[in-house]
Amino acid sequence: MSEVESSGSTGSPLSATRRNLLKGVGAAGLTAAGGGLLAACGGSDKKKSESKQPVAGSTVTFGSNYSDPAVKTAFASLTAAATAATKVKVKINTVDHDTFQTNITSYLQGTPDDLFTWFAGYRMQYFAAQGLAEPLDDVWEKIGGNFSAAAKKLSTGLDGHQYLVPIYNYPWVVFYNKSEFAKRHYTIPTTWDEYVALAKQMKKDGIIPIAFADKDGWPALGTFDILNMRINGYDYHTKLMTHKIPWTDQGVHTVFQHWAEILPYTQTGANGRLWQDAAKALEAKQAGMMFQGTNQVAAQYVTDKADLADLDFFTFPAINPQWGQDYMDAPTDGFMLSKKAKNTDAAKAILEYIGTGPAESTYLKTDQWDVGLVNGLQVPTYDAIQKKSVQEIAKCKAVAQFMDRDSDPAMANAMIAICQKFIDDPSSSNITKLQQSAEKQAKAIYS
Amino acid sequence: MSATSQGRTPAAVSDKPEDSTSPARRRRRRLRTMTVRDRIVVAVLLGIPLLLDLAFVWFPAIGTVLLSFTKWNGVGSLHEKTCQPNMPSILNNGCWYGVQNYHQAATIYPEFWPAVRHNLLWLAVFVVIATPLGMLFAVLLDRGLRGTRVYQSLLFLPVMLSLALIGIIWEFVYSQNYGLINTVIGRNGNSNAIDWLGNPHLNLWAVLLEATWRQAGYVMILYLAGLKAVDPTLREAAMMDGANPWQTFWRVIFPVMKPINIVIMVVTVIESLRAFDLVYITNKGINGLELLSVLVTSNIVGETQRVGFGSALGVVLLVISLVPITIFLYQAFRREDTP
Repeated sequence: MSEVESSGSTGSPLSATRRNLLKGVGAAGLTAAGGGLLAACGGSDKKKSESKQPVAGSTVTFGSNYSDPAVKTAFASLTAAATAATKVKVKINTVDHDTFQTNITSYLQGTPDDLFTWFAGYRMQYFAAQGLAEPLDDVWEKIGGNFSAAAKKLSTGLDGHQYLVPIYNYPWVVFYNKSEFAKRHYTIPTTWDEYVALAKQMKKDGIIPIAFADKDGWPALGTFDILNMRINGYDYHTKLMTHKIPWTDQGVHTVFQHWAEILPYTQTGANGRLWQDAAKALEAKQAGMMFQGTNQVAAQYVTDKADLADLDFFTFPAINPQWGQDYMDAPTDGFMLSKKAKNTDAAKAILEYIGTGPAESTYLKTDQWDVGLVNGLQVPTYDAIQKKSVQEIAKCKAVAQFMDRDSDPAMANAMIAICQKFIDDPSSSNITKLQQSAEKQAKAIYS
Repeated sequence: MSATSQGRTPAAVSDKPEDSTSPARRRRRRLRTMTVRDRIVVAVLLGIPLLLDLAFVWFPAIGTVLLSFTKWNGVGSLHEKTCQPNMPSILNNGCWYGVQNYHQAATIYPEFWPAVRHNLLWLAVFVVIATPLGMLFAVLLDRGLRGTRVYQSLLFLPVMLSLALIGIIWEFVYSQNYGLINTVIGRNGNSNAIDWLGNPHLNLWAVLLEATWRQAGYVMILYLAGLKAVDPTLREAAMMDGANPWQTFWRVIFPVMKPINIVIMVVTVIESLRAFDLVYITNKGINGLELLSVLVTSNIVGETQRVGFGSALGVVLLVISLVPITIFLYQAFRREDTP
């Protein structure tokens, strides 16, 4: 990870290539030495005295993983608006989002930018708990009124301090084409039995009931999440994610059993298909439904210039009446202040601006799939999907952040392999075997 | 100045192996004949590579071995305390973990044994299929077929592409609903498509085909260079003695090319052990495409790191790599000892 540190000092966190990744073994050795050095020079108390510089006119650096063209433009307009409002110049260092996430640990220990883009939930808490992020309680004192209690909770670390200012989220729901449902007289299923019956009908009508792809590994985790929240509820879900409930629990078995029930109606060969191709099957009306985030499906419709107005969604049907449709995955993205920030006061001024309605609408002008989090936010540019997203998220009693954000990512990796093995062989005996494997790995990861 | 020092240095360096076998007294006298400047040049020319070698090879290697006995998430510093059992991982950081990482890898990490198997399979395919295929291409092209250069360029083309690009090219070939193969054989429907890259029983072979496609061209070009360097009089002499082409190749040409054969053997082993790019491009090395290099990466490089565990996997890969390296070095030095 020597490259990370050295290139971090020149501004951009890392231009990691596959070749850099290859050096993982060697890099580990260098990190060993780096760790000691960093501990020595990472004193946090000296920074507070030197940061008393005038806010207006100073420059804040912002590490960004908003690397795709559309979001990059949106992010640039957001920071431009922030500069106009606060007179603080913002220097953006954009890094490819996968690279950014891969190198986050070394980046935050090296020479990070003042502010950086990150995700809410356990993922934020993990880095905050290790002293890599600066608490933002004073920022939240000012912007707190703009957000719901749920948004504040998502921005709060394990120690009770806030560490994140959210910008947008997006729901994981079941997408379908309105014209297709109208033509074939399908009705929106609200219960599990109706959902299975609809899938059966679609199969009979010669279309793929549920478009499905899991080549990247993570999309299937969303299906696990929603089934778990529908069957066992939100509390169970969070406890499972942080390994307070063993993976061998009967509840997990029930989740996989329900999944196995709809697996015959999902697109075959999921482990070899990219989710973009599954979305194309929905666009082409070869598939009837697809369960995924608006950030993927709606964004893909926009990219493909498909008929976005024909796209609609419903929330995943209820399974256990105790929970109904109370919960969903709605991952939240936001911004954090690094512990080693050089211009803390100006960075907080920027965050205060970002935590307002005008800032969110500025960002969402060029984004046709995510939705802002500010209370009562009115964005004139919202399309039907976004308007409905706001309503559906508001109806939820709690929103989860997606498995790899709610749990230790090492565990999410283990579950990626397990879900793929389940898709290959959904038999009950295999489920039991996979649960045991998950539990053994969880013990190693969480202890 | 540079001219004189350059003129002398090769002599000084080339003296060294000779010296190591000659009596100590003689060597001391030789050293004394070197001027101060000579000594500085020797020190610099040997010292810099030595330092680089220590810094970039030995230090990371030994560091990895040490790290493999710890539990560390890459944040903060390491300490000597032993890890407490049954503590949250966040409090149990940078501690001494003994052989636990190796134990976990071998017992509860489901990807470990498939990865070891796949690495060995990769080596076997390269040795048994890719390399002989490359040799065959080279021998055929060397016989001066019409349009040799065209074939040569075509076969060599994949070698010029980066492995990442090769992975992407083959993705278009293998894609289920949109790929070349399934479209041509009419299996791209939604119910009958062959899942080349997602089926864990198929995808390793699919990726090995990609790897072979490239490796054969690589071996071909090395071998072709060797064949061009073979003294043509040897062939003539063999022909005069009445040997057929088969005999000429196996009895005369092949033995003459021993140095090239060794180079190819080393290249084959290295390429197969460092296999990574293709599977990583294909699906990040999961679901049937596990390789040790990928497991090392996915544990060490990532949002949350299991540096100790990943290092342990790296050490396993190192141990496997040492086997062919040791055999090669043993062979190489034995030949020098008994001329």
